[in-house]
Amino acid sequence: MTEALSVDLAETSLRDLHATLHALPKDTNRTLWRVRNPRGKHSVAVGLDAPISLRIEGHVGYYAAGMNARASVLIDGNAGPGVAENMMSGKVRVRGDASQSAGASGRGGLLVIEGNAGARCGISMKGIDIVVRGSVGHLSAFMAQEGFLVVGGDAGEALGDSLYEARLFVRGRVASLGADCEEKPIRPEDRAALENLLERAGFSELRAGDFRMYGSARRLYHFHVDNASAY
Amino acid sequence: MSAPRSLPRFSATFDRHAIAEIQRAAATGIYDIRGAGAKRKLPHFDDLLFLGASISRYPLEGYRERCDTNVVLGARHAKRPVELQIPVTIAGMSFGALSAPAKEALGRGASIAGTSTTTGDGGMTEEERGHSRTLVYQYLPSRYGMNPADLRRADAIEVVVGQGAKPGGGGMLLGQKITERVARMRNLPAGIDQRSACRHPDWTGPDDLAIKIEELREITAWEKPIFVKVGASRPYYDTALSVKAGADVVVLDGMQGGTAATQEVFIEHVGLPTLAAIRPAVQALQDLGMHRRVQLIVSGGIRGGADMAKALALGADAVSIGTAALIALGDNDPEQEYQKLGTTAGAYDDWHEGRDPAGITTQDPELFARLDPVLAGRRLANFLSVMTMEAQAIARACGKSHLHNLEPEDLVSLTLEAAAMTRVPLAGTDWYPGKEFADGR
Repeated sequence: MTEALSVDLAETSLRDLHATLHALPKDTNRTLWRVRNPRGKHSVAVGLDAPISLRIEGHVGYYAAGMNARASVLIDGNAGPGVAENMMSGKVRVRGDASQSAGASGRGGLLVIEGNAGARCGISMKGIDIVVRGSVGHLSAFMAQEGFLVVGGDAGEALGDSLYEARLFVRGRVASLGADCEEKPIRPEDRAALENLLERAGFSELRAGDFRMYGSARRLYHFHVDNASAY
Repeated sequence: MSAPRSLPRFSATFDRHAIAEIQRAAATGIYDIRGAGAKRKLPHFDDLLFLGASISRYPLEGYRERCDTNVVLGARHAKRPVELQIPVTIAGMSFGALSAPAKEALGRGASIAGTSTTTGDGGMTEEERGHSRTLVYQYLPSRYGMNPADLRRADAIEVVVGQGAKPGGGGMLLGQKITERVARMRNLPAGIDQRSACRHPDWTGPDDLAIKIEELREITAWEKPIFVKVGASRPYYDTALSVKAGADVVVLDGMQGGTAATQEVFIEHVGLPTLAAIRPAVQALQDLGMHRRVQLIVSGGIRGGADMAKALALGADAVSIGTAALIALGDNDPEQEYQKLGTTAGAYDDWHEGRDPAGITTQDPELFARLDPVLAGRRLANFLSVMTMEAQAIARACGKSHLHNLEPEDLVSLTLEAAAMTRVPLAGTDWYPGKEFADGR
């Protein structure tokens, strides 16, 4: 097995790390990387755009793996706010917990959080799929437009507030639904998508039949005076 | 002979507009939504005058002696600052709010004139990237169409916190304008009324903003200047906090600045007039020792070279135009087309309805085909050139060899309000409200 190329953030600046990673050609064969001693730094491994596997060995601060494209990033620790924000494609996995705004406005790819996620998980999501093994905080999937949010635990208050076309699966208790979010019947294609996501996330112990699905009631799609109290 | 009768008298309080609004609200049950900026009378640049030269100030020869106009934006941190030939830029306006030919025309006009144009709340289109020599990419709360590839092919990045027409308000694009192309760029169903968020999804407050700016710099190799745009609300603190967060440029938009669509009550009753916002912003930069190191771009109701020169004299590094640029492209003309819509040229502001006969604030293919982007771009370039020459004429009369050498001492105020807001003395006096008298009173 090829040995991973290693960058130690105790010795190398973030700028140098990114200069190296951003310079990788689209078809690079230097595909295995490890980043040591992140020590909670912000913006670690942001803007990647190459088919590499990168393992971050420790906790990270804000925006780790932000705007990721094509890379597969493993965070072997906890992640601060905005992990994998605006991800375009690829995969980001957090071994621990993630803070608020995980996967915010992501447009593609898969974000897996093995622990819990804080508030606003999947806020403004635009096509990213997010699978959280544990629970998510309040206002998760706020104004979520496209993609799936799967929650193995509970969801906090105002889940899916002002939701567009994203689909939300929750296995545990939902504290409350936000404006224009309602429970939906699970169609065969929804169940298939859920099973596929659970498998890709590596959570085969979770059974699709234990989840409920939530989506937009689409009552706020057209500005109407009868909805004034909801605006 | 009939007995004398009093003339019908309209109330100054319940004027015709107020009455019509009450009637409209009673009939429809919904507030008025419209485009453009504040239409009420506000303290503005008309309330300032230049003094020109005198015995103690020597003028420069008009048309002959040099009066430079270039401006460098973003040298504080960016490896590749933006240099513009003229200190007037085109403000952010979205594809979606504007047609693709209109965005192309803005790019063409700005490029001919040697300045920049700006994307908007709908992502970057090929039309505007292809035709804009210098393109500023807006990073907005909605993040519609946001992708790192566009971030990298932009010349500068503008983190939008707010805009003057609606500080604290999100955007709104009604279903009539959400065509398949617009919807696809925004990851939304076509035809729905679409909200643009009022808060960024992944940061709150100045400390987070600093981290967000650093992320944007890391992704773009610290090459691009980073602007922070704020609506005029608390300009002293917003400017200071933007500087603290690491901004290269602060964009300050007053309440006369236009919007594609917002509630009329918001446009007319929230925020500060542009004139009132400049001095506090400049003061913040001066207090931090960052005036001219962090550039200040002022927008909101800039109509020509005189407004530009006055904004620069108050301490701005550049101005930005939106509404004036649309008018230059050909909006609100000709009259008979607007009468068909039940309005009149010059007053048309239902930009959100997408029925603009000029083909600018529309997504209707038949309407936007009316706009020739080459001709409209030429008209914009002409306007930008006239603005610049007007400002130069004033600057030369004040003895300045660069527009940036204009200073508050070149100005007087015509009203007490303007004097108080700008600390430019009232004409014929050496006093402005708040200034102590010579004897200490």
